Amino acid sequence: MIAEALFFSAVLFIIGVAGVLIRRNAIIIFMCVELMLNAVNLSFIALARLHGSTTGQVFVLFVMTVAAAEAAVGLAIVISIFRHHKSVDLRNINLLKG
Amino acid sequence: MNTLVYTFHFYLFGLIAIASALAFVTRKSAVAAALWLVNTMFCLSALFVMLDAQFIAAVQVLVYAGAIMVVFLFVVMLLNLGQLSDVTDIRGLGSKLTAGFVGLVMLAELFALSRLKFPRLMGAMTDHANVVNPVSAPLFHEYLLPFEVTSVVLLVAVIGAVVLAKRGPRSQ
Repeated sequence: MIAEALFFSAVLFIIGVAGVLIRRNAIIIFMCVELMLNAVNLSFIALARLHGSTTGQVFVLFVMTVAAAEAAVGLAIVISIFRHHKSVDLRNINLLKG
Repeated sequence: MNTLVYTFHFYLFGLIAIASALAFVTRKSAVAAALWLVNTMFCLSALFVMLDAQFIAAVQVLVYAGAIMVVFLFVVMLLNLGQLSDVTDIRGLGSKLTAGFVGLVMLAELFALSRLKFPRLMGAMTDHANVVNPVSAPLFHEYLLPFEVTSVVLLVAVIGAVVLAKRGPRSQ
């Protein structure tokens, strides 16, 4: 089952990357990042199962904590950007574009 | 028979997770996308149970589906992004080609890697009655310092979120 779990994890990660690349809504891009973190968690759990140890599961807990922190700060940034531009569309946020 | 049921459910939840993720990426409405992502997370939690990580599965449902996605939905509600706009937010042809190319490269890498032979399971999680102890013991002994550092990370995140989302004195 480990190979299948790693396969599912890789496919979910690819879907997350594709989502980041093709969407323009900042909130959906954040959710794609969460999907990628979830895919990595699945690999951690599968490889922890392969080795019969729980260390991988401890790291999943850390990843979840960082994901929660990232979601809080990221969404606060989205809110303040929305206050400025009245939209979360990345087309309107091009201050650093050359 | 037992193995067959296990394999069937493993593939079932994995495929539902992938299908929900595809639906999540392609939905126009942010609320629908968020709910499909919640479905993916529930399926992942089922996979976690099958991979003998019952405690992490519970935490996945509580923290990801219960807390993080609720925050996302709250922001969608606060910013009033629930209704669909006429213009789709999917990018143009150039970005689609880039995304397709990146996806193809990663899939090719995936198939190249899937020819590797995996070693057999090196050990079994024998203790099915006690699922929290095997996770918490390394967390509070070997990884005590990183565990304490995550509390600082969360504190900084909370302060940062409040500072960023608070209205400044100029805008009032």
